[in-house]
Amino acid sequence: MKLLLSWLREFVDVDLPVPELARRLIDATAEVEGWETIGAGWDPERIRVAQVVAVEPHPNADRLRLATVETGSGLQQVVCGAPNIAAGQKVAFATEGAVLIDGHTGETAKLKLRPIRGVESAGMVLSEKELGLSDSHEGILVLPDDAVVGRPLVEQLGDVLFDISTWANRADLLGVLGLAREVSALVSRPLREPSTEYSEAGPPTESLASVTVQDPDLCPRFMVSVIQDVTLGPSPAWMQERLLRHGMRPINNVVDITNYVMIETGQPLHAFDYDLVRGKQLIARRAVPGEKLVTLDGVEREFDGQMVLVCDGEGPVSVAGVMGGGNSEVSESTRTILLEAANWVPGNIRRTSMYLKLRSEASLRFEKGLGPEMAEFALKRALHLFEQLTGGTVSRGVIDVYPGKRPPRTIILPAARIEQVLGYAIGPDEVRRILSDLGFLCHHLPPDRYSVQPPYWRPDVLIADDLIEDVARIHGYDKLPATKLRGSLPEPEPRPVEDLRERVRDLAVGLGFQEIITYSLTEKQKLERVVAPGDVRRMAPLSVVNPVAARHTYLRTSLRAGLLETYAANRRQHDGPLRMFEVGQEFLPVEADLPHERKVFCALAGGTREARWAKAGDDRLDFFDAKGAAEAVLGALGVPGTFAAANEFGLLEGHTARVASGKQPVGVVAQVHPDTAAAFDIDEPVFMVELWLEDLVRVLPERPAYLAPSRFPEMRHDLALLIDTATPAVRLVDIVRSHRSGTVRITADIFDEYRGRGVPEGKKSLAVAVRYQAEDRTLTDEEVARIETGLLKRLEKELGAVRR
Amino acid sequence: MTASAASPDALREEALAALSEATDEPALERWRAGWLGRQDGRVTLLLRAVREQPPEQRAAFGQAANAVKQTLEAALAERQESLKQAALKALSTTAALDVTLPGRPQAIGRLHPVTQTLRDCIKAFQEMGFRVAEGPEVEWSAYNFDAMRSPEDHPARDMWDTIWVDTLLNGERKMLLRTHTSPNQARVMERTPEPPVRVIVPGKCYRQEATDATHEWMLTQIEGLAVDEGVRMSDLKGVLYEFARKMFGQDRKVIFHHSYFPFVEPGVEMAMDCFICRGSGAECRTCHGTGWIEILGAGMVHPEIIENAGYDSSKVTGFAFGLGVERVALLRWGIEDIRHFYANDLRFLGQF
Repeated sequence: MKLLLSWLREFVDVDLPVPELARRLIDATAEVEGWETIGAGWDPERIRVAQVVAVEPHPNADRLRLATVETGSGLQQVVCGAPNIAAGQKVAFATEGAVLIDGHTGETAKLKLRPIRGVESAGMVLSEKELGLSDSHEGILVLPDDAVVGRPLVEQLGDVLFDISTWANRADLLGVLGLAREVSALVSRPLREPSTEYSEAGPPTESLASVTVQDPDLCPRFMVSVIQDVTLGPSPAWMQERLLRHGMRPINNVVDITNYVMIETGQPLHAFDYDLVRGKQLIARRAVPGEKLVTLDGVEREFDGQMVLVCDGEGPVSVAGVMGGGNSEVSESTRTILLEAANWVPGNIRRTSMYLKLRSEASLRFEKGLGPEMAEFALKRALHLFEQLTGGTVSRGVIDVYPGKRPPRTIILPAARIEQVLGYAIGPDEVRRILSDLGFLCHHLPPDRYSVQPPYWRPDVLIADDLIEDVARIHGYDKLPATKLRGSLPEPEPRPVEDLRERVRDLAVGLGFQEIITYSLTEKQKLERVVAPGDVRRMAPLSVVNPVAARHTYLRTSLRAGLLETYAANRRQHDGPLRMFEVGQEFLPVEADLPHERKVFCALAGGTREARWAKAGDDRLDFFDAKGAAEAVLGALGVPGTFAAANEFGLLEGHTARVASGKQPVGVVAQVHPDTAAAFDIDEPVFMVELWLEDLVRVLPERPAYLAPSRFPEMRHDLALLIDTATPAVRLVDIVRSHRSGTVRITADIFDEYRGRGVPEGKKSLAVAVRYQAEDRTLTDEEVARIETGLLKRLEKELGAVRR
Repeated sequence: MTASAASPDALREEALAALSEATDEPALERWRAGWLGRQDGRVTLLLRAVREQPPEQRAAFGQAANAVKQTLEAALAERQESLKQAALKALSTTAALDVTLPGRPQAIGRLHPVTQTLRDCIKAFQEMGFRVAEGPEVEWSAYNFDAMRSPEDHPARDMWDTIWVDTLLNGERKMLLRTHTSPNQARVMERTPEPPVRVIVPGKCYRQEATDATHEWMLTQIEGLAVDEGVRMSDLKGVLYEFARKMFGQDRKVIFHHSYFPFVEPGVEMAMDCFICRGSGAECRTCHGTGWIEILGAGMVHPEIIENAGYDSSKVTGFAFGLGVERVALLRWGIEDIRHFYANDLRFLGQF
């Protein structure tokens, strides 16, 4: 909504500086997005109102003329090329040094006077373009007759145009008068409403037209009047100027009046050409599905059975509350006007304009909810202007079909509620002052209640707390104190998965992984690269109707695609290692319910290790780096993990391990299949860790399994053992761990694997550090040797392992 | 006469001369083995030769030989010490490092700046007694809109451009990507039979809107909700004031101005004074010269929503707020473009 300061000042005296007025409006009423000062650059000394006294031909040029102007401080002669200059006009006159916009180049320049075709010129009569008012450079700007000669133009024509966003519940603020009411309350100055007076010189309206409201549930009020003997023509300059400032194109005096009154009051009106209204009757009814009408914008619209039409005796003439029809449009030949002022149910107008994709100035207002009484005020205001500006005769009485009439609402506001809600009290005088200034009827019912009737333009006010808001905002939120919350705290809700998620995040960061956050919506083709064709749920991702872009159409059912994309994008910028992870949700469809938002940790690593200058090597990260990261996370969580060879879609067979704890699978560690990586433009080995947080949380111990550190030394003995290449190393480790010898605890860590020279074909050599620990004594060499002999025998028997 | 029979004095002189020739650790070890070695060190042999001496000379010989041994051991220790000192000296001089060479890169990860900011915000509210809960990102329209007093065909729906999930249930589209975290007001109260409620609900939200430097279609919000007897709008201001000070500095000031959200009454927006220019700079990039920075929307929970939760709205009041985490992150680090966050360029992410 635009707001001209001069228009506002018609209704309320406000002399606050513009920034202060804007701030007050923002604090209490609506968002002031900005403002534009009209005439900010007009030098009050050098640009003034003047009057053209005489116009004569230029002696040396056919297309130029010599004008004599009265400047207020004497007559001056100027050379002028404008075709429309005429004696008697009030014009804008600039003298040397005035800063103007060049009519041809559009750039700002100081006026320099020089003889034109041999004749001296004392100044310049200005066009709208030169003043920056518009792009019009066809002729000079002609000022209203009441302009004062000699007055600085900025005082005559200067103005401020605010750009205001109003809130969705305040249709009344989409009118200058509504904003003026707010300002009136903010500055405690009385409001002057515009005139609604007119004489009813015509015949009774009932004798000229009739109105039927067939669907009163959607049309609370429908009013019409008839204006006869209208002289169609342009509306006055001041009206055109204001309409243009508010972004509306002037059309003719009839249409301009309806638009002007809409901007002024917030209530849309519609003018029909009376002679084109068949049967001289208007009917408000639901459309018959499939019914059609060509609207004023020239587009044929088709309606469904929930949309409301205004029809004449034969068919639709207007889409109620949205746009009129071309078949009854006011034109050059129009002599009689049938003027409609109606009220429509907001949700229905909104639905209609959304379905028709037709949002008009009218629908924007109706859908926010206008009070039905606004129709009456606006109709009378328009009739006043019709009488003044079109020479028409207004019919006697209005037709007013008002099925939605309700008795005025009375809201009881307990004074204590103000303090209960706000935390501080506002006194009865101030409450009454504010509510009255806003147009409410407010009675203090001593000792502690108010009885309040909201004004007709405030259908948004329904309950006591609505009144409290109005009082608080006008009173000023700067007076609201800041206090500390009192009272007891609620019971905590346990959040095991979320807590685990945050621990895993921290662990991953500690292991050198960078957290990323990718969009939850992706492309199906990308998901198909990482999801097994047989994974029915993940292969049927939910899609959205209206994605922001085609590549964000499907709710991801795997985090892998987003990570691989991010990996590839960053590889273009970075040499060396890349380690990244995301903790996010897979959206797994569930029949007839919200999807399961499955929380998953997924990490990728690849590339050469950190550059080690002064050390040789371009050693690459590999599977065991990824596995090491997984082990570190599980270890820190106290979850004993097992890793078993697995084969999964999108991952490289022989380089893939399923991670489990006990019988519970908790994730996967793998090299991403090179074909999958290549599909994401990655041409190097890249390794993945995925942990399923909702599964992991099931095996998460409440506390780590604690073992007091032994006071006695641990004995370490390294072994080199040959086993079949096909035997997983973990079996050897498991056997050692399970080996019992009294209370001696035995553990094994593999620190090398070797195949090749010196190792028979089909075998691998594992270097194992075996550690022996007794809780109660220092073990002797002999004791360790004895245990080891038993252990080796067992390894040979169960694994065929022999010492190398 | 064998070498071992050489006189102790001569032996000592010869050994000391040899010792002075030994200039490194291996040479010293060779010298030690040659002279003091347990098997056949020459001084060891000398000591063994005591038994071969005539009885009357044995004591003197023994004494002399022991003295040689002690002298040589002391000389060895001294020599070892001086070599060690020399080596240390060399470490500090000839082997001194150019300490301006770069350190070897270590693998270090970081949390995403949105996660960091989210955690800081959560911590600030937790310190004020707020619990944390989460809710679904794919949400029923009934929670996202209807429970938040924005039924279909309500103009307030324009405030959130919705991304709808393409699923029909009984012929109707009911599932959407939540446009805000506010549906969790209803969800939390629904599972809390009696007040108090004091909770924040962080999470991602989605809007069907074009992206630019200040708009992103996926965003992170924190919903705040406190419902109890005696919860006042001034408490809302107090909580948000604390929050602003914790996140942006102890000297922050906050103001409310009027706003509208269908689910609160009264509704406000909170702004804080600009922590960059402190209200002085017309050129300030952060507050655009206004001196104030819009931070969040808030208000008193609409009595209808309190009633829908089964609480008595004449006794129970509450406040709610919704905070954009990316906005806080943009502000605190002076980031110029919100689109950096989900572009996941490590050159960006690695800075936080």
